[in-house]
Amino acid sequence: MTEAFSKAEMMIVAAARELAGQRVCFVGVGLPNIAVNLAKRTVAPDLELVYEAGVFGARPARLPLSIGDPTIVTGATAVTSMFELFAFYLQGGLVDVGFLGAAQIDRFGNINTTVIGDYDRPKTRLPGSGGACEIAINARQVFVIMRQSTRSFVERIDFRTSPGNLGGAGNAARIRAEQGWLGRGPSAVVTDLGIWHFDEDGEMRLDFLHPGATVDQVRESIGWEPRIADGLARTPPPTDEELRLIRVELDPGGVYTK
Amino acid sequence: MRDAIAELVHDGDTVAIEGFTHLICFAAGHEIIRQRKRDLTLARMTPDVIYDQMVAGGVARKLIFSWLGNPGVGGLNAIRRVTEGEAASLELEEYSHFGMVARYTAAAANLPFFPLRSYFETDLPKANPLIREIESPYGDGRVFAVPPLKPDVTIVHAQRASAAGDTQVWGLLGCQKEAAFAAERVIVVVEELVDEAVIRADPNRTIIPGLIVDAVVVEPWGAHPSYVQGAYDRDNRFYLDWDPISRDADATEAWLEEWVHGVGGRGEYLDKLGAERVASLRPGPAPSGSVDYGAYR
Repeated sequence: MTEAFSKAEMMIVAAARELAGQRVCFVGVGLPNIAVNLAKRTVAPDLELVYEAGVFGARPARLPLSIGDPTIVTGATAVTSMFELFAFYLQGGLVDVGFLGAAQIDRFGNINTTVIGDYDRPKTRLPGSGGACEIAINARQVFVIMRQSTRSFVERIDFRTSPGNLGGAGNAARIRAEQGWLGRGPSAVVTDLGIWHFDEDGEMRLDFLHPGATVDQVRESIGWEPRIADGLARTPPPTDEELRLIRVELDPGGVYTK
Repeated sequence: MRDAIAELVHDGDTVAIEGFTHLICFAAGHEIIRQRKRDLTLARMTPDVIYDQMVAGGVARKLIFSWLGNPGVGGLNAIRRVTEGEAASLELEEYSHFGMVARYTAAAANLPFFPLRSYFETDLPKANPLIREIESPYGDGRVFAVPPLKPDVTIVHAQRASAAGDTQVWGLLGCQKEAAFAAERVIVVVEELVDEAVIRADPNRTIIPGLIVDAVVVEPWGAHPSYVQGAYDRDNRFYLDWDPISRDADATEAWLEEWVHGVGGRGEYLDKLGAERVASLRPGPAPSGSVDYGAYR
């Protein structure tokens, strides 16, 4: 009998399982960080953790509090300058999966982290790109972890910070090939309600519904009429071992998981 | 510190205090606020709490950056107050992380631009017309170019340097080397001043030669509340506490009055912070193995 779990724990577990068999992962702080460390202890033992701050092969001994926490340095395979990290590791094509978050995302996985509203007089000034636009272009695949709401899953994003499948898969594949991008674009979006992949049109399709979530909830928290897989399945709940790893080893203080 | 900032930072300058979460020279930022410098263009990949304080302190006219936030906590509220809605008055020039590193690299190498594969199919070149698409001269496609960024002054915090300014860093390197070589003037602030022999015993660790350094300031704990690998941890409580303070313009002003204008320098700041708080940030040991460079006579 599996015990009760939080929505954040389900998101972490679902994202970790999506990393099965992957080798090199560009990690973000927060939920992606816990998901990647969980994957390394379960489905992807050979995973190499890359942090944009300039670390390859990190072995963090504690949950990093920021993207540049000193714990990602101690015991790592390599510390690099940020130039090397972005030029040789990321633009050079060595990163299999990059994680992105978003303030707004559209049906093609295009992402906004820059402004809500008009650029010059924004309603909300967001952080901006950071490394996101280069991760979206250069990482072989992109995973997104974010909660669903009609404010964030929108028909039209206010600013395109990071390109996804642009206006559809055909267009995206052509542009990506023509411009020599190594990345194939977004491949998974993990939310508090389910797991989305991208169909042959390059549009998000709900493939898994988390335990307890309903299709109605999914429709109510999204700004467009979503595509639902014919064979929509239930995400298997977190196992006892996955929950133990999260609660005892990865986030004992429950900073990100409560 | 007082003399270095007074002599090398002028009103209207472009100033880069670099350091990616690691080695952020808050002591220099506070001295710039204390000396009431004006109309500065502040360049930094991640403006962080230090630029939130400097903007609140009235020293900035413009920001050049790639990620605006209080890392691991949330937004930068003093900067949001002057960049949102009708109150938007602070000029912004934004890039991506690689774009900022590429700009310093271009300036350091005396190049007219640096090419990169970022920005395709994004709105960033529309928001910032200095990001321009160019054709490869070899006929194999298009890339984006960013122009050189040449700060008047770059300020770097480091573990140690010699009196001549030969500077050694370990842990995250960020883009300090590029930003220093790109700058007209360089101020190095260190935890420890060491003999030249210490530098020469481990030349692989030197990121900046004294050749390009204009001033060396010895200021232990000068990076607090950020961290110095091996010396002290990030004071995360400070980053969390800054969020509610910075949400209120009066509370922000009062904080600056108490912790910046109200102290003469880093020493008084540390006394005020208290020995217990400072001691709690010390990490345990994790020494590197040593290597043998060999003697070749």
